[in-house]
Amino acid sequence: MRAASLPSTGGKGLVLYAMLYLAFLYIPVLLLPLFSFNNSVFIAFPLSGFTVKWYGAMAADEEMRAALWNSLQVAAVASLSSTILGLLAAKVLVRRVPGRALFAGLTSLPLFIPDIVLAIALLMLASKLEIPLSLATVVIGHIVICIPFAVAVLISRFHGVDEDLEEASRDLGENAWMTFWRVTFPLVLPGIVASLLLTFIVSFDDFLIAFFLCGTDTTLPVYIWGELRFPYKLPNVLALGSIILVASGSLIAIAEWLRRFGGGRSCPPVRVGYR
Amino acid sequence: MSVAGRIEQRLLRSEAARNYLLISPTMTVLVFALAAPLALMIMYSFWRESGLVLDTNPTLAQYAVATTRAIYRVLFLRSLAIASLVTLTTVVLGYPMAYFLAFRVKRGKFIWLLLLSIPFWTSYLLRVFAWKIILGYEGLINSGLLRLGLVSQPLDFLLYNATSVVIALTHSYAAFTILPIYVSLEKIDPALLEAAADLGDSAFQRFLRIVLPLSLPGVIAAAVLTFVPVLGDYVTPTLVGGSDGLMIANMIQVQFGRANNWPLGAALAVSSMALVAVLIILFVQAAQLAAAKIR
Repeated sequence: MRAASLPSTGGKGLVLYAMLYLAFLYIPVLLLPLFSFNNSVFIAFPLSGFTVKWYGAMAADEEMRAALWNSLQVAAVASLSSTILGLLAAKVLVRRVPGRALFAGLTSLPLFIPDIVLAIALLMLASKLEIPLSLATVVIGHIVICIPFAVAVLISRFHGVDEDLEEASRDLGENAWMTFWRVTFPLVLPGIVASLLLTFIVSFDDFLIAFFLCGTDTTLPVYIWGELRFPYKLPNVLALGSIILVASGSLIAIAEWLRRFGGGRSCPPVRVGYR
Repeated sequence: MSVAGRIEQRLLRSEAARNYLLISPTMTVLVFALAAPLALMIMYSFWRESGLVLDTNPTLAQYAVATTRAIYRVLFLRSLAIASLVTLTTVVLGYPMAYFLAFRVKRGKFIWLLLLSIPFWTSYLLRVFAWKIILGYEGLINSGLLRLGLVSQPLDFLLYNATSVVIALTHSYAAFTILPIYVSLEKIDPALLEAAADLGDSAFQRFLRIVLPLSLPGVIAAAVLTFVPVLGDYVTPTLVGGSDGLMIANMIQVQFGRANNWPLGAALAVSSMALVAVLIILFVQAAQLAAAKIR
């Protein structure tokens, strides 16, 4: 019998398939930057010349700037809060604690509830408690949808941390707080940064929760949603979208890199496969 | 009990207490911002809007409307059909890609994973909108076909129907399914495959009897993680669905907007959640049964 690779690696066909798959993923996305540089209000081929005027028009838009600022504030608060809450939960969830299944279930529950359901449920609660809709209500919704992501990222990081180090620190007389601060925290720091970036993106990109809970304080996706109705404003929106694409793509790249390689002391980035 | 045992008990208890203290802020937030609103929504679904006031005498009226009126039934069924189809296509399209990543790519796995996840994380709204540019009346496909002289008039069946919704959603969630499948493929012990090969299984038999069943947990996770958000999707049907591609989320939104009938909206939301829960349980059971059969 040939010592063929096990399992079969699928031959050339599989490589071709992977290329086609990437094309399917990227071609629609790359249309946005393409048309953002096109010198025509109509989004159709053939392209009619290069321009950066849409970027200028977009940058000059007051409403857009206000929405962007709102989104940045919401995402900053939501990512920080959900990462702290995720850190506390992850620290407990990696241990054998009675009731662990319940805690794990509750922290991942948002993944199993469509956003629209969570949005209207929070809307009803806000109205019952007579809390006015604002960026604060959006932040609360975003914290909920961000927690599962924060917990997942941080748990994978905690698994790489050697518990003996914490124990050693305690044996040497550090209290729980100092042990966390001087031993655990530096070890999970790459995970914390990854979680901050990831939850920032989740919040920044969310449309539906903000759509229901923002009241009159527009976030960027809610603003974009309004603009999509006006064909003559489309090129501006495409320019804005291209910038978001580049910015969030870079954040994700950094987050993933930190989660996998950051800090050196962790499980190897990818389990070594076999040949 | 010995003294040492008792001390250990005490320590364990304080350890547990510390753990509960640690996790309590997160749990408090989730109880108040997730469990409480969901409970209120369920209560709302048993209430009734009468004039401008809310009648809080429990009634099943909303559920009667939600289950009997044709429009809601159509929307529920369509949402189910679209979500099932999208789940199927994303898993079927994603599996070979995850397989490629797990067994073919030797170096640069990280770059591949990154390339696959970046589109998923970038502006959902605009990604869906891109399909309007591609499939629209004056879109990419139509202008291309016109220039090539293949059609004399733009095709108008490309956009604003259930098919365009399925295409856009498949694209949106494509990469999301790869990661869980990839993780479960990575865990497969090569010794199992060697043993099967030694015992005379062909490559295809090895795939069917070892790789596929062992990757099933990943497939199930991928399917569930796609099915839930797709069933409740609002943006895609609104942007590319037209009137024939509307889904249940659109109707829920209407109850909180124009129709201003919150109890009915709540009942529709609770029904979709219940539907999701029942279907997921059935699906997971069926998948595990199928796996047992194959082996």
